[in-house]
Amino acid sequence: MTIGGLLAYLVSFAIMAGIYAVFCLGLNIQWGYTGLFNIGIAGFFCVGAYISALVTLPPPTGTYAEYVQQAFALNMPFPVGLIAAAAACGFIAFLIGIPTLKLTEDYLAIATIGIAESLRLIFNNEHWIANGPRGIAGLPQPLKSLVIPRNYNYIYLIIVAVVLIVIYILIERAIRSPWGRVLRAIREDEVSASMSGKSIFKFKMQAFVFGAMVMGIGGALYAHFTIAISPEVFTPLYGTFIIWVMVIAGGSGNNKGVILGAFVIWAIWTGTRFITDFLPYTLKARAPYIRFLIIGIILEFILISRPQGLLGEEKRVSKMAE
Amino acid sequence: MAELTVYGIVLGSIISLGAIGVSLVYGILRFANFAHGDLMTAGAYVALFFVTGPLAWIGIPDNTFGPFSFGWRMVAAFPISMITVAGVAIFFDRILYKKLRDRGSGRVIMAMSALGASFIIRMGVLIIWGSDYLFYRPGLLRPALELPAGIKIRPDQILILIIVAVLVVVLHLFLQRTRMGKAMRATADNMELARISGIDIERVIIWTWGIGGGLAAAAGMLYGIDVQLHPGMGWNFLLPLFAAAILGSIGNMYGALVGGLIMGVVQQLSTAILLPTYKPAVAFLIMIVLLLVRPQGIFGGSRK
Repeated sequence: MTIGGLLAYLVSFAIMAGIYAVFCLGLNIQWGYTGLFNIGIAGFFCVGAYISALVTLPPPTGTYAEYVQQAFALNMPFPVGLIAAAAACGFIAFLIGIPTLKLTEDYLAIATIGIAESLRLIFNNEHWIANGPRGIAGLPQPLKSLVIPRNYNYIYLIIVAVVLIVIYILIERAIRSPWGRVLRAIREDEVSASMSGKSIFKFKMQAFVFGAMVMGIGGALYAHFTIAISPEVFTPLYGTFIIWVMVIAGGSGNNKGVILGAFVIWAIWTGTRFITDFLPYTLKARAPYIRFLIIGIILEFILISRPQGLLGEEKRVSKMAE
Repeated sequence: MAELTVYGIVLGSIISLGAIGVSLVYGILRFANFAHGDLMTAGAYVALFFVTGPLAWIGIPDNTFGPFSFGWRMVAAFPISMITVAGVAIFFDRILYKKLRDRGSGRVIMAMSALGASFIIRMGVLIIWGSDYLFYRPGLLRPALELPAGIKIRPDQILILIIVAVLVVVLHLFLQRTRMGKAMRATADNMELARISGIDIERVIIWTWGIGGGLAAAAGMLYGIDVQLHPGMGWNFLLPLFAAAILGSIGNMYGALVGGLIMGVVQQLSTAILLPTYKPAVAFLIMIVLLLVRPQGIFGGSRK
C-alpha cells in the first residue's frame, strides 16, 4: 500500500469511526446518563439515513424514475437533511416513549427492538417509501465541488468532525447543567429523584428524544458518506450491537470515553478483517461472522472484567467539589 | 380463516414453549433474556447436526414414519438437542450471568450480556452452517390431511401440538409435584424468603436455565420440522416470545402458554391482510397496545 493509499484508508476509517462516535454520544445520553435501555438504535439509524436521503435527493427523472420509487424528494441542502433526520427520530422516540418510559427498563428494551425490526421490515417491503430492498442511491454530498472527487473524503472528514464536536459540546453543556444532574439522579435512584419533585417521565422522555435526535444525525451522516443505502445495512448487528459495545468499552457516562470506544472498537472491527484475510478460502465467506463473534466475546469480557469501560465515568458534580 | 387459525395454533404452541422459558427466567432471575430466541436456533441446529451427522454414521436408517416427515434419527436427536441446549443455557449462566450476579450488576447489564450471548450463539451457527435456509430432510412435503371445514393440516403439525401438550403437562407436574418445582415457584415469588427457608437458590437457577433451554430447543426443532431452519429464526421469534410472555403476565408460566397461543393465532391471521414478513411487526404492535392498556398482562393483578 502506498503512503497516499494508506492515508486515504485512514481518512475513511476516521470518517466511519467518527459517525459511530455520533451514535455513541446519542446512546450515552440515553444509557450513560439516564439509564435508558435502548437496543433499537438501528431503527433510529435507519430513519435518520432515509429521511435525510429523501429530503436532499432531487426527484428521479428520465429512465431512472422508472426504477426508483420514493415517497417524496425535496432536493434540499445537506444541513436541512440533518435537521429533518434529527426531527424525525425525535418524533419516533417520543411516540415509543409514551407507552414504555413509565415501565421498567426491560420493556423499553424490547419495545426498541420492536421498533427497529418493524422499521426495517417497512423499508424492505413498502417499495413506495424508498424503493424497498434495492434501496436508494446517488445521495448528494455537501461541498462536493470544492475538490476533485478522489480527495472528497478529506472534506467529509472535516464535516463529520465539526458535527461531532458540536454535538459533544452541546451534550457536555447539557450534562453539566441542572438538567443533566436530574438525569443522573434518575439513573441512580428514581424514587429519591421523584421525591425531590422531579417528573421522572418528563426527564426520561427528554433524554430519550435528545439521544434519538443525535442518532438521527448519525444516520444522516452515514447515508451521505456511503451515498447508497438499503434496509439490509440497518441490522441489529451493524446498527445496534456494535454501538453498544463501543459505549460499554469506552465507558458509559463519559463522552470522551464513548468517542474513544467508537474508535477503538471500529479499529478492532476493521483490524480483524486483515486477520480473516488469512483464512482458508472455504471460510472466507463466513469471515464477517467470525469478526462479529470476536466483538461479542469482547463485550462479554468487558462486562465481566471491566464494566466501567476504558475511561469510566467522570465525577462532574462541580470542579470545586471533590 | 379457519385454516389460518389452526396454523396459528400450531405456531402459537411453538411460541408458547419459548415464552414459558422467557417467563420462567424472568420470574426467577428478574432479567430479560434476549438470548432466548437464539437458544431456539441452537436447538434446531444441534438437532440438524445429529440428524445429518453422528446418528447417520452409527447407522440409524433415514426412512420416515408413515405420514410424517421424519424418522428415528429425529426421535433420537430431539432429546439429545434438548439436553445439549439446556447445557448451553446453564453454561452461559455459569460463565456470564453468575459472575454478574455475584458482583451485583443490574438487570440491564444482565440483559446486555444476554444480548451479547445471543449474538455469540447466532454467529456460531452462521460460522458452522452458513446463512442458507436448511431442512432436516430434503424432499417433498408430505400430503396434508383434509379436516372438516376445508382445513388442510399436515400430520407433522398435529404431532407438534401433541408434543407441546405433553411437554407442558410434564412441566406442570414438575412445578406442582416435585420438591425442585416447588422451590422454583417459591423463589419466583420471593427470592429472599426462599433463601432463608433453606432453598439452594443456585440450584434453582440451574434448573431454571435447564428447563428454559430445553423448552427453547424443543420449540426450535418443532419450528424446523414445521417450516425450515435459518440462523435468524430465533431472533425473529424474540418479539413474539416477549409479547406472549408480557401478554400472559411475565413470570406466569400458564399465562405465557395462553399468550403464546394468542400471539400465534393473531400473527397467522394477520397474513390474511399483511405480508407474512410483517409477522414480527404484528407481534410488536400487539405488545405496544398491551403496554399502553394493560402492562401487567391478562393474568396480572392491578399492581404493576
